Amino acid sequence: MSDYKAEPVKGRKGDVSAHDGASSWFYSDEVKEHFFNPKNYIMNDVDESQFNAIGKVGSPACGDELRVWLKIDKDERIVDFKWKTFGCGSAIASTSMASVMVTENGGMTLDEARSIKPQDIMTRLKGLPARKFHCSVLCDKAIRDAINDYFRRTEQIDRMIVEAKRMIDPVAKVTDHDIEEAVLDGALDLDAVQKKTKVGVGNPTILPAVEELIRFYREKYFG
Amino acid sequence: MNTENRNVYLDHAAATPTDQAVVDVMAEFNVDLKGNAGSFHSEGKRAKDQLDKARAFVAEFLGARPDEILFTGSGTESDNLAILGYARVSAKHGKHIVTTSIEHHAVLEAMQHLERKEGFELTVVPVEKNGIVDAKKVLDAIREDTTIVSVMLVNNEIGTIQPVGEIGNAIEKMKKNGKAQHVALHTDAMQAAAYLEIDVKKLHVNLLSINGSKVYGPKGVGALFVKRGTKLQPLTFGGAQEKGIRPGTEDVASIIGFATALQIVKERRDADAVHLLPLREKLIEGILNSIPKTRLNGDRVQRVPNNVNVSIMDLEGEALLLYLDAQGIYASTGSACTSASLDPSHVIIALGMPFEVAHGSMRFTLGRETTEDDIDYVIEQLPPLVEKLRAISPVRVDPKYYE
Repeated sequence: MSDYKAEPVKGRKGDVSAHDGASSWFYSDEVKEHFFNPKNYIMNDVDESQFNAIGKVGSPACGDELRVWLKIDKDERIVDFKWKTFGCGSAIASTSMASVMVTENGGMTLDEARSIKPQDIMTRLKGLPARKFHCSVLCDKAIRDAINDYFRRTEQIDRMIVEAKRMIDPVAKVTDHDIEEAVLDGALDLDAVQKKTKVGVGNPTILPAVEELIRFYREKYFG
Repeated sequence: MNTENRNVYLDHAAATPTDQAVVDVMAEFNVDLKGNAGSFHSEGKRAKDQLDKARAFVAEFLGARPDEILFTGSGTESDNLAILGYARVSAKHGKHIVTTSIEHHAVLEAMQHLERKEGFELTVVPVEKNGIVDAKKVLDAIREDTTIVSVMLVNNEIGTIQPVGEIGNAIEKMKKNGKAQHVALHTDAMQAAAYLEIDVKKLHVNLLSINGSKVYGPKGVGALFVKRGTKLQPLTFGGAQEKGIRPGTEDVASIIGFATALQIVKERRDADAVHLLPLREKLIEGILNSIPKTRLNGDRVQRVPNNVNVSIMDLEGEALLLYLDAQGIYASTGSACTSASLDPSHVIIALGMPFEVAHGSMRFTLGRETTEDDIDYVIEQLPPLVEKLRAISPVRVDPKYYE
């Protein structure tokens, strides 16, 4: 029991949900590896003096909260990436994978890191269930938040990029900003937001992500 | 302990394993009988006889009459038929409907459908902090135009027992005094049937739902008690089966399997409780004592003997569920991540808890085959997994929710 923290949690080989090994697990083997043996996470307390950029995204109210600590060298390469997360299996795995992607081969430049898309992380994880996709969206946002923090600390305010709008429903052309506006306008549930924006009306697969956003903005503005 | 071959199934509130005697009786029926219970020939009659026998037994189990029992395809269908069927047929008398904040989605979403799409007014009565509804608050919600009132007998997530009999008794008194004339009381008794004595007269209900998958019976079969004189509008049309209220060829094999399962429940319900209660207490004590920052959700005493529901602060339930799964422990969580809607448990929220406490809720529901060794194994395996997830979590839940 004494040093269990250092020990990876072992899953059964191949299949966790069935003992006969005949059926598949909920996630790909890559997700499973990063979930049971997450890389680069910070155990317990963080010594923030060791890092020069900090990013945060999400809140426990919406089920995922992610914090990242980066060390950026003088050539603007990310040489260290540590994280903590409160989240489900795919949130843990996608953050772990992102930390590997950002720091491998000498580390990404800030421009490279800023252009990471959720799809890139998902591709490396060999896929995530559709309804889990929003979890890895968080991670790229946290990286961009940390990079802005670095520019703030190094007084390069002109290089900061305010988070662009994110297209939530390409069919109805609704962005996260539209949903934020709808919530601020008093639409506090899916029905009300749909009345204002038509989000997901012809595209129901995105509804879980929309509900997540509604909850996030509701929590943010109305507590 | 060896973890490789462990199989500790603690999700009996989701589904119970089908009893071997039930499997046998169903297999025998499927081999021996080929008729449609509605056919007018000997083969049909034989199936019909089996159906009648099963109906008589289910009626006896509930303290009802055989003509008060309808068979359905699931517990969800029973709940839907009771609520939609009664609300719609009674709409000429009033369009006010009442339920509680901790009902199963089969009740809650049927109620919300009536509210959103059919012009009904819905009152959702909140529960107390212990997960039990105050009978008086339900009664106070009843108006002259109230029709269906639905209060579950045992909650599926936290196992708390609700005062249905008290509410039913009071409604009968209101009716004698010329009030609440069009009210019908429905109870979802799915999670109660394996553990509590169910008598529709003592509960004073008009409608009661049970199903096979929670009583060691087959999945995909349910029953609805409909008190004589309680009218329902059908949800489906096209046949005379089940008095035309639930038309469709009867799944006689599942129905007799269901009746057999209830027969076994009746014989061993008391013994099961004696077996389960100390195990439940051991698991509750074990978790609360060995893991700091945990809370038991739902009343400690007024709960069925197989339910343990705890919130483990600062972590997210799906991640813990998967770590437990890897150790051969199968449980359930109120975390949003495992629900199709990505909403966290409405039941834990209804207890006055914030989202993060609902996300960290874990349900362990014990069953007939659960052993003390299984419980010891869970208590041994759980703390290091919790500690690992907590260590990588940036969240620290406000102590007021667990102290």
